[in-house]
Amino acid sequence: MVVETKSARFDSIALDSGATLSPVEIAYETYGSLSADRSNAILITHAFTGDAHAAGISEETGKPGWWDNMIGPGKAFDTDRYFVICSNVLGGCQGTTGPGSVNPATGRPYALTFPVITIRDMVRLQRMLIDSLGIPRLLSVAGGSMGGMQALEWAVSYPDMVLSTIPIATTWRHSAQQIAFNEVGRQAIMADPDWAGGDYYDTKPPARGLSVARMVGHITYMSDESMREKFGRRLREKEKFGFDFGVDFEVESYLRYRGNQFVSRFDANSYLYITKAEDYFDLTNGTGRLAEAFRKSDTRFLVISFTSDWLYPTYQSQEIVRVLRRINGDVAYCDLQSNYGHDAFLVDIAEQTEIVRGFLASTARMARAA
Amino acid sequence: MAAHTMAPVFPRVSLAERPDFSIIGEIVQPGSRVLDLGCGEGALLAWLVENKQVLARGVEIEAAQVRKAIARGVSAYQGDIDEGLADYPDKAFDYVILSQTLQETRSPLQVLKEMLRVGRRAIVSFPNFGHWSVRRAMLFTGQAPKTKLFPYDWYNSPNIHFLSINDFEDLCRTSGFPIEKRYFLSGSTRVGTMPNLLAQTAVFLLG
Repeated sequence: MVVETKSARFDSIALDSGATLSPVEIAYETYGSLSADRSNAILITHAFTGDAHAAGISEETGKPGWWDNMIGPGKAFDTDRYFVICSNVLGGCQGTTGPGSVNPATGRPYALTFPVITIRDMVRLQRMLIDSLGIPRLLSVAGGSMGGMQALEWAVSYPDMVLSTIPIATTWRHSAQQIAFNEVGRQAIMADPDWAGGDYYDTKPPARGLSVARMVGHITYMSDESMREKFGRRLREKEKFGFDFGVDFEVESYLRYRGNQFVSRFDANSYLYITKAEDYFDLTNGTGRLAEAFRKSDTRFLVISFTSDWLYPTYQSQEIVRVLRRINGDVAYCDLQSNYGHDAFLVDIAEQTEIVRGFLASTARMARAA
Repeated sequence: MAAHTMAPVFPRVSLAERPDFSIIGEIVQPGSRVLDLGCGEGALLAWLVENKQVLARGVEIEAAQVRKAIARGVSAYQGDIDEGLADYPDKAFDYVILSQTLQETRSPLQVLKEMLRVGRRAIVSFPNFGHWSVRRAMLFTGQAPKTKLFPYDWYNSPNIHFLSINDFEDLCRTSGFPIEKRYFLSGSTRVGTMPNLLAQTAVFLLG
């Protein structure tokens, strides 16, 4: 399945901060086809550094999508049945307007003049896209990690437009630990002299800082067990320690590789803006009254967590489930056994596929019966 | 395209696999709200959804079974019965079902009270420890009974409480649980007389 990234453009978007962004562009891909009654659309929301290319082989790069194992003919999000949409988030750097985009007022990249955005702003832009595609109601919104935050936000902000929500390995508000790791990443970027107050688009990007930020991120996406299995204390192309500060261990080599690779595809300012949006995320706007946030919503929920995920731990998903139970909401929940840590939703997908497939099919069945 | 022509997600559910299911299927009124505690793979709930159009919720502690329940379209969540009920508001359900699980809960009395708080009615089924086969096994072997009805060795049995029909009736009397109906089964046959001796399974409708 060769896919092409498309783009939609809107005159302006009003943001939570009070600022307005105009114009605004959003990159998206679609898979499968929309049914005549437009009832089979599913929006996939991506995690922090994801993009619109969720499935199939990119026409441009020849690479498979980031959730290609979950989206496609016969897969969990079965494109023989459903019309699947995925877009790049607001503030991103893969086709949707972000700090690296050119500000039409100045003819130069926004850099730090880009307004601070929220998860709700991302969802607002997605809603504009869904409206423009002529889809009155989504069968489901599904995503992991920051994608799960967006899915939850959809259920709360536009309850009439979502029949079901699949928040995976996520939280209803960012915790101190999650904010802490994001702050380390931001500080790594801002400590790099090449960052230059965010104004580096004419020179060279803060590659060292961004790469260190990514290395920290990668550690939090794995688990002690998965790192032990994958690397152990194995040395990298040597039999003995080098007694210097070059690469000794496999794990060092892996992190450096991931860090360097990331620099070529991701904008450091987007890193700052998107992590800030995650950190501001609180479905209750600080009241802590999650039941009230969900009360407007008749949406069905399938909440999924993973046993070894210590970045978005099981208890955070269980809090969502408990509150939904308290208001007698329709919620299915499973804590899937996996050693892959937070990355599990991307890589350990057999059981996830089993439940997502059944949940979507029963949601479609309910929609038809209603 | 497919959303309309989709094949049914799960094969037709049969209640034959568990005799108490057909009684429960008889009791539950169409369109009601049902919570099944210890729902397993969701067979009963799936049957109730299909045949009684109920609004179904299930609780199950075993992840593998929760997965199967969700896969067949049941809104099941992974959790502990003993703790899980506390979150629900009063009378959130028309029926709270505890099928063949009472003897596995840590605090059966607490669970029954919570069932009647959360549900307008409670349906409880359990294997009858007073059945003659259990009595005979104990009499002749002098050991913890291992029968068709209680097939486990004592050290790996999920059953942590053993109760007979008379025990349950006593508990309902002393705790003030109103018994609306009672059904007694041997296999899938109804038992009329001497249920505490002859029935393998009892189903009580409380509330």
